[in-house]
Amino acid sequence: MKIIVCIKQVPDTNEVKLDPVTGTLIRDGVPSIINPDDKAGLEAALSLKDSLGAEVSVITMGPPQADAVLREAMAMGADNAYLVTDRAFGGADTLATSTTLAAALRKIDYDLIITGRQAIDGDTAQVGPQISEHLDIPNVSYAEDIKVEGNTVIVKRQYEDRYHTVKVQMPCLVTALGEMNTPRYMTPGGIYDAYKVKKVTVWGRSDLEVADGEIGLKGSPTKVAQSFPKSVKPAGQKVTLDADEAADYIIEKLKEKYVL
Amino acid sequence: MDFTLSKEHEMARTLFRDFAQNEVKPLAQEVDETEQFPKETVEKMKKLGFLGIPIPKEYGGQGCDSLTYAMCVEELAKVCGTTSVIVSAHTSLGAEPIRKFGTEEQKQKYLVPLANGTKLGAFGLTEPGAGTDAAGQQTKAVLDGDEYIINGSKIFITNGKEADIYVIFAMTDKSKGTKGISAFIIEKGTPGFTFGTKEKKMGIRGSATYELIFTDCRIPKENLLGKEGKGFGIAMTTLDGGRIGIASQALGLAAGALDATVAYVKERKQFGRSIAKFQNTQFQLADMATKVEAARALVYRAAIAKDTQKRYSVEAAMAKLYAAEVAMEVTTKAVQLHGGYGYTREYDVERMMRDAKITEIYEGTSEVQRMVISGSLL
Repeated sequence: MKIIVCIKQVPDTNEVKLDPVTGTLIRDGVPSIINPDDKAGLEAALSLKDSLGAEVSVITMGPPQADAVLREAMAMGADNAYLVTDRAFGGADTLATSTTLAAALRKIDYDLIITGRQAIDGDTAQVGPQISEHLDIPNVSYAEDIKVEGNTVIVKRQYEDRYHTVKVQMPCLVTALGEMNTPRYMTPGGIYDAYKVKKVTVWGRSDLEVADGEIGLKGSPTKVAQSFPKSVKPAGQKVTLDADEAADYIIEKLKEKYVL
Repeated sequence: MDFTLSKEHEMARTLFRDFAQNEVKPLAQEVDETEQFPKETVEKMKKLGFLGIPIPKEYGGQGCDSLTYAMCVEELAKVCGTTSVIVSAHTSLGAEPIRKFGTEEQKQKYLVPLANGTKLGAFGLTEPGAGTDAAGQQTKAVLDGDEYIINGSKIFITNGKEADIYVIFAMTDKSKGTKGISAFIIEKGTPGFTFGTKEKKMGIRGSATYELIFTDCRIPKENLLGKEGKGFGIAMTTLDGGRIGIASQALGLAAGALDATVAYVKERKQFGRSIAKFQNTQFQLADMATKVEAARALVYRAAIAKDTQKRYSVEAAMAKLYAAEVAMEVTTKAVQLHGGYGYTREYDVERMMRDAKITEIYEGTSEVQRMVISGSLL
């Protein structure tokens, strides 16, 4: 079985701090991470590899420094990695991104494609389903569990108040929820291999069969009407108290804020 | 000359830091308080390959360099001195002499399970009468047919009782002095090999420190490590590497105490403002940070020297001497900056200060390191 996991490098929003003077986000020095939903999808793929045997590839579209998340994925156990990068792909909205990724995915064999539900820096949840449309394969989104039986994938699909169990023929695409699992740690030897043994295949504009009008800014019909920073709360104060003291503490704080 | 870490070393640090913060730190206080060997953490580290970082992949290890290993011990020590020394004693003292001096058969039988973490390692050199004067070994090994008969005892053995495979030293020919010392591999469970009392220690209280007792303990002669009479050299070479592990532990303790103090002084208020606003605090922190960074430079240099130079005794001695003394100084200052709270077990710096003291003593006291360094000058 061949599984491809689409991952995205995103700023670690837990580490984003507010400038105390301007109130804007300080992005400098914020570490980049694998988008959490994508990382859960990668863990699901690696678990399938452990239990059934599978070749796991990871792919990302982004600037050259997105190489780091591919290496991390390989250090966790992914076998192959593809970096889709070119200035021509810059400024892409979800449609241009999914078009470009689909063009790259057509060049790789797969039975199952896993993407994260959505990225923490955009929260659109559009790229995964769009890729499945481009590739003309079935898509099951919001997976909280993925199992494989023969040539089918059985997905537990989350709803607000229930879940559906969906059985789908491979090849197909599944979008994963971050809550699905706890991703494994890398291993020291895995890190060594990711940099010294394994390779990242880099594809640019000329490597993909896709029309100029469908990629980058030109291929992006989304018009951003207004952009504003997400309001971020500063880190809270952590106190460790026993239950009674904690209750008193909370009441006192609520009184301070005139809530009570 | 380039002081920047490679991307793989940066990534390895991220891994070790995440693991230390998520899996080790939450248990550190309890491990110290209860003096319980952190078996579950060791099991987790085994699964992630932390017990075989610098051992080649063909022997079940991770195939990384000594710097990666040093960074692992450092990051663990930032949050738990006990956990860091378990890894250091296992890797540098238990596995490394077998990697360096073992036969292919010994490597397959003992190094592979040590490197993949299925077995834990330890090292026995110190005796009641043979500490810094390691040549004063009283433990004897007598060849009897195809077996050596070992009699004697070893004290202060890290990972004692918890470890499965022990590298120990004994006199095979007392008349030859240090040239009469030989090294042996002994498995737990060998008849005649028992454990004495567990030491009650000031720091690293979760690490199991035991006396090893050998009473007519018979081991196959194939378990001789290296040649007969070469044990002293094996011990000294092993300790050169071990010192890099302990230097990394000391560095981690100092760095961890500095981190804890930086966080504390920003929160603690006196005279209407945080104590971070006082110049005394700022200057103390500046000195602490500078010394931690200097220690790090020496420790990393020694780790790199181990992989690139034939001899690295002086680099290892300097790293251990300096990092250990910085650990003691920085943790002491950290307690001082925490004031009365720093003297209580509620705050990590109290434990870190107790843990730091041993780094000036074990695997060669600071005085021994000065002997090694000055010996290279004169």
